[in-house]
Amino acid sequence: MEFFSLTLAQAKKQLELGNITSVQLTESILSRIAAVEPRVKAFITLDRDGALAQAEAADRQRRAGVAGELCGLPLAVKDVLCTSTMRTTCGSKILENFVPPYDATVIKKLKDAGAIIVGKLAMDEFAMGSTCENCAYNVPENPWKPGYVAGGSSGGSAVAMAADESLASLGSDTGGSIRQPASLCGVVGMKPTYGRVSRYGLVAFASSLDQVGPLTKDVRDCALMMNVISGHDQRDATSVDTPVPDYTAALQDGLKGVRIGVPPEYFSQGLDPEVEQVVRTGIEMLREAGAEIKEVSLPHTEYCVAVYYLIAPAEASSNLARYDGVRYGYRAGDADSLVEMYSKTRSRGFGDEVKRRVLIGTYALSAGYYDAYYKKASRVRTLIRDDFKTVFDQCDLVVSPVTPTPAWMIGEKADDPLALYLSDILTISANLAGIPGLSVPAGFSGSGLPIGMQMQAAHFNEEVLLRAAWNLELRAGIKDRKPELG
Amino acid sequence: MKITRKEVEHVARLARLELQPEEVERLTIQLDTILNYAAKLDELDTGGVAVTTHTQGAGNVFREDLVHEALNREQALANGPDQNGEAFVVPRIIS
Repeated sequence: MEFFSLTLAQAKKQLELGNITSVQLTESILSRIAAVEPRVKAFITLDRDGALAQAEAADRQRRAGVAGELCGLPLAVKDVLCTSTMRTTCGSKILENFVPPYDATVIKKLKDAGAIIVGKLAMDEFAMGSTCENCAYNVPENPWKPGYVAGGSSGGSAVAMAADESLASLGSDTGGSIRQPASLCGVVGMKPTYGRVSRYGLVAFASSLDQVGPLTKDVRDCALMMNVISGHDQRDATSVDTPVPDYTAALQDGLKGVRIGVPPEYFSQGLDPEVEQVVRTGIEMLREAGAEIKEVSLPHTEYCVAVYYLIAPAEASSNLARYDGVRYGYRAGDADSLVEMYSKTRSRGFGDEVKRRVLIGTYALSAGYYDAYYKKASRVRTLIRDDFKTVFDQCDLVVSPVTPTPAWMIGEKADDPLALYLSDILTISANLAGIPGLSVPAGFSGSGLPIGMQMQAAHFNEEVLLRAAWNLELRAGIKDRKPELG
Repeated sequence: MKITRKEVEHVARLARLELQPEEVERLTIQLDTILNYAAKLDELDTGGVAVTTHTQGAGNVFREDLVHEALNREQALANGPDQNGEAFVVPRIIS
């Protein structure tokens, strides 16, 4: 077995036993990246020299007996998280040469734990998209099938897991951007409760919805990463001061006493029969593990997409006002006035999808439309949150598909924004309600594309998600299946 | 039509975006489709429903007003596309 194919937990064990060094592990990861990157295109920026230097330092620390929780383990992160030693592009031309003056809190936590940040992963521009086709640099491809989308917006993070280019990764999730690519690439992805993980240094898209979370090769690694990145941060006033449990303790075999809700609204028209089949088979496995399965109702599900595509663009239009060519990023050099400089800078620096959302958001917030659009959406958001409140009195978690279909071909839906927005229908509600959600591999389509199962729970109940996902992983029997990448 | 060409041009000006005529054309159609879809929310009577901003109902967060270590000027200016070591330089505002 090559080192790069180890899970995070396995590699950690090998380092602790002294069977391998961080330099060997990092070299293995770097050579794997060199071998598969032309096919999968997951990275925007790679820091080979920095990674090897960090690996040497990690080996010294371990010899000195001061190894942190993730000491010497090579990771990669979505290019939306500020890194003081590497440029942070957000997949946008407007930030092509932006090197942040500080590390995001989650990056600092990873570094403090001894992790090595190997590089920055591809994403849709400013995390706006479901396929990574809106990345201004490279469009990652699904490791399971050439020419197929990786999903988005954390597509690079999911690809890096499926292609063994990193031991674990971080993404961000505003409407499904961790869970959807995790499902399409056959890896584990968790969007924690809003406020569980600090957003300080996460470049803002929609501040009331954004959350940082891990993408990993398996459920145990997800728990390990959650242990490191969770917790209150004074620098993020929306982070919540609630004790962080040891998430690995949640990984118990058996689901006796766990009540699982299945909402028919998530199995409605437009759902691919193969996806439904895989998810229903997964539900049976959870029942066999001891869970009680019951039908529950989330009646406002059909309004989620409309609410999201008003609230998220509105917040984005405000957040993205900062890209004006003054303090950082690209500036159009050929303007005669300040206002002209702003307009030229933004028009050339932003891609189509970002412009589209900034326009929708500006419109929804503009005089005369605020009540009809943004305020109305914020009221319906309350109804959606209340649906979940009611359901979590009846069950501990809700399971469903993550996406209505498996991965599709690059270019297939690129010209129809609304069709693409509608494909987010099953993941958006967790962000609107602020609850945790997870995607765990459940099976494959006939053509060999991965299909995930989504699990959602009440605020701060990540543990029940990990426990249920762990039980599915134990029973689904697909953990060792890997894509053919030569 | 939920949104007209003229409104798209107006909103683009507010958002400091310069659009080519063919972009205005395409975006008007796309925005109209999206806003028509969003009108689905009108099916719901939300008269007595409060708005949600923070899903767990968090309010304002206070802390002591203490001086902390912050970026120095050099660090703060480092990414400026045009800066003179003291400030960011921008095109003339008053002619």
